Amino acid sequence: MEFYLVVSTIMFFAGVYGFITRHNMIAVLMSLELILNAVNINFVVFNRFLFPGQMEGMFFSIFIIGVAAAETAVAIAIILNVFRSSKKIETDEVSKMKY
Amino acid sequence: MSHKTAGIIGTSGLGVVTVLSYITAYNYFFCFGKVGEVYQKFSNSFEWLRLTDFLHIDLGVLLDPISVMMLVVISTVSFMVHIYSMGYMHGETGFQRYYSFLSLFSFSMLGLVVAPNIFQMYIFWELVGVSSYLLIGFYYTKPSAVAASKKAFIVTRFADLGFLIGILILSFYTQTFDFNILTNTSSSIFQTPITATFMGFSVISWATMLIFIGGAGKSAMLPLHIWLPDAMEGPTPVSALIHAATMVVAGVYLVARLFPIYYFLTPDVLTFIGYVGAATSLFAAIVACTQTDIKRVLAFSTISQIAYMMVALGVSGYGAEHEVGLGYMASMFHLFTHAFFKALLFLCAGAVIHAVHSNEMGDMGGLRKYLPITHITFLIACLSISGIPPFSGFFSKDEILVAAYHKDIALFICMYLVAGLTAFYMFRLYYNIFWGKETHYDHTPHDAGFAMSAPLIFLALLTVVTGFIPFSRFISTDGVAFETETVWTVAIPSILIGVAGIVFATIFYKKQTNIPARIATALGSFYTAASKKFYFDEIYLFVTKKIIFGIISTSIGWFDRNIVDNFMNFQAYWSNGLSYKIKGLQSGRLQQYAWVFAVSVIVIATLIIF
Repeated sequence: MEFYLVVSTIMFFAGVYGFITRHNMIAVLMSLELILNAVNINFVVFNRFLFPGQMEGMFFSIFIIGVAAAETAVAIAIILNVFRSSKKIETDEVSKMKY
Repeated sequence: MSHKTAGIIGTSGLGVVTVLSYITAYNYFFCFGKVGEVYQKFSNSFEWLRLTDFLHIDLGVLLDPISVMMLVVISTVSFMVHIYSMGYMHGETGFQRYYSFLSLFSFSMLGLVVAPNIFQMYIFWELVGVSSYLLIGFYYTKPSAVAASKKAFIVTRFADLGFLIGILILSFYTQTFDFNILTNTSSSIFQTPITATFMGFSVISWATMLIFIGGAGKSAMLPLHIWLPDAMEGPTPVSALIHAATMVVAGVYLVARLFPIYYFLTPDVLTFIGYVGAATSLFAAIVACTQTDIKRVLAFSTISQIAYMMVALGVSGYGAEHEVGLGYMASMFHLFTHAFFKALLFLCAGAVIHAVHSNEMGDMGGLRKYLPITHITFLIACLSISGIPPFSGFFSKDEILVAAYHKDIALFICMYLVAGLTAFYMFRLYYNIFWGKETHYDHTPHDAGFAMSAPLIFLALLTVVTGFIPFSRFISTDGVAFETETVWTVAIPSILIGVAGIVFATIFYKKQTNIPARIATALGSFYTAASKKFYFDEIYLFVTKKIIFGIISTSIGWFDRNIVDNFMNFQAYWSNGLSYKIKGLQSGRLQQYAWVFAVSVIVIATLIIF
């Protein structure tokens, strides 16, 4: 079980690191997917080893995948609109979103 | 609105008021006023503003002998001035404005005298102050008129501050504003203010003293007289109405209104009033002998005569037996007669100025041939103010001298001297205008039209007859009539000194001589000081400009600009810098937020775990 958790931890921090450091919005979005999937792995692993015979962890993972797909679609749409208005997708360039 | 309509509306309004005043006076004095042997006080008022359970300000009307007498004086003089102004102000720009201010003044003054409580009196007191300000500054394009109006307003307002504080002290302790309650001095409401003391004087003394300061400001008592000579910048009929006959006697009226309080509770303050009056009277009479502007001579004469009334109040007692209340009656009598002859003098001066277009004595002389009506009426008024029988001034002045003689011989001597000086400076004025040197005029002066002559003649008639009114039968301290008779031991010397003043003036000024100049040189610095009005204006300027503005205000200003302002500036600078720092947190950059969030989570987690 520990090995699975090591993988998910590495994935999670890689995601956080990418989320903070990347300037390309697409890359930021990909890092976000990494974080979500690290969480998915945790759910599945804990369900499999701590509560065998039960299915709640699995279902949660499927839920997260579904929500993540929807959220990505929304995010892509936002990125496309930003690109259309400013011809850029660098995060530093769109700080005007705060207004 | 055309000039004519404005004048007719104002004058006819005042005409109605005059008729109503006469009806009121007739009914009061001869029909309903007297119950038994005593003139009653009738008051009717409604509650206007309630301050506490006991203290409320009412508005209403109080009729008693002095208020009815004042109604007659004010409405008569005001009516005459309204008629006179139709001629005098003919063709002036702002004619309508002039009439509306004049009517506002008449309204305020009538409201003042019928006020049944001290607060209503204060309200109208301020209203007459503001109408006086507006009328002095009537020629608002003339800088000297503007300065004079401001001076009058500020000086009287400063004195009114004392009046207001006095009212507040009095009403705080007695829980009432009403004159009827306040003048009943034996009642228990005065227990506290008599016993309570502040800085060595009883509270009631403070209150009456401060109220007197308000009265002194309006009545131009020393040292608050400085505004009245300058107030002559206004149109001459205004000077006649406001600064001779009515408004300036408001201070005398106020003291008379509260006379029982002054006499029974604070006799020291009453004595003080008498001495202030005597000093003012002598001072103003000396200054009047040296002025060359004819209106200023009359202004100082007014100050002197009002001070006469104050002296009469100061030496008066209370009650009708053995003529102890003679001073009070004499004061009101002199107020009554003075209003008519001084208004007449001012209106004559207005007619002279109208004919010659100058205020200076030097530009006049030999006018008796050109202005016969003005000449005769002016002479009557001069004889009256000099105390020559049978004109009205003789009777009232004589009563005052008798009252002073019985009470305080020093005051009597002072007043006696002033009587001589009065005769001298009035006839100096008379001879300089109507006799003296033959001046060449660019166009021949002539008597003014009917609108201006009629009031002169009417007032001259009043000046001749009012002295024969048996005033003591109508006005006394306690409402009980008493009889007076001319005390010849006082009257004959007073006539003699009046005649002496006239004789001296005749010798000096009837023909152009060099005697006045020689006397002026002989008196030297004293004459210079008197002609400069004893440097009162300069002292005031020194105190305000050099001491208040120069020393106190400058240092306070430095403190404000450097310490108070800089303290606030420092705070603003500090919070401004802090804001710039905080502003960086909201950059709109997503990844900075995420970074802060992640680091914070780690820090918090570390703190929780360890």
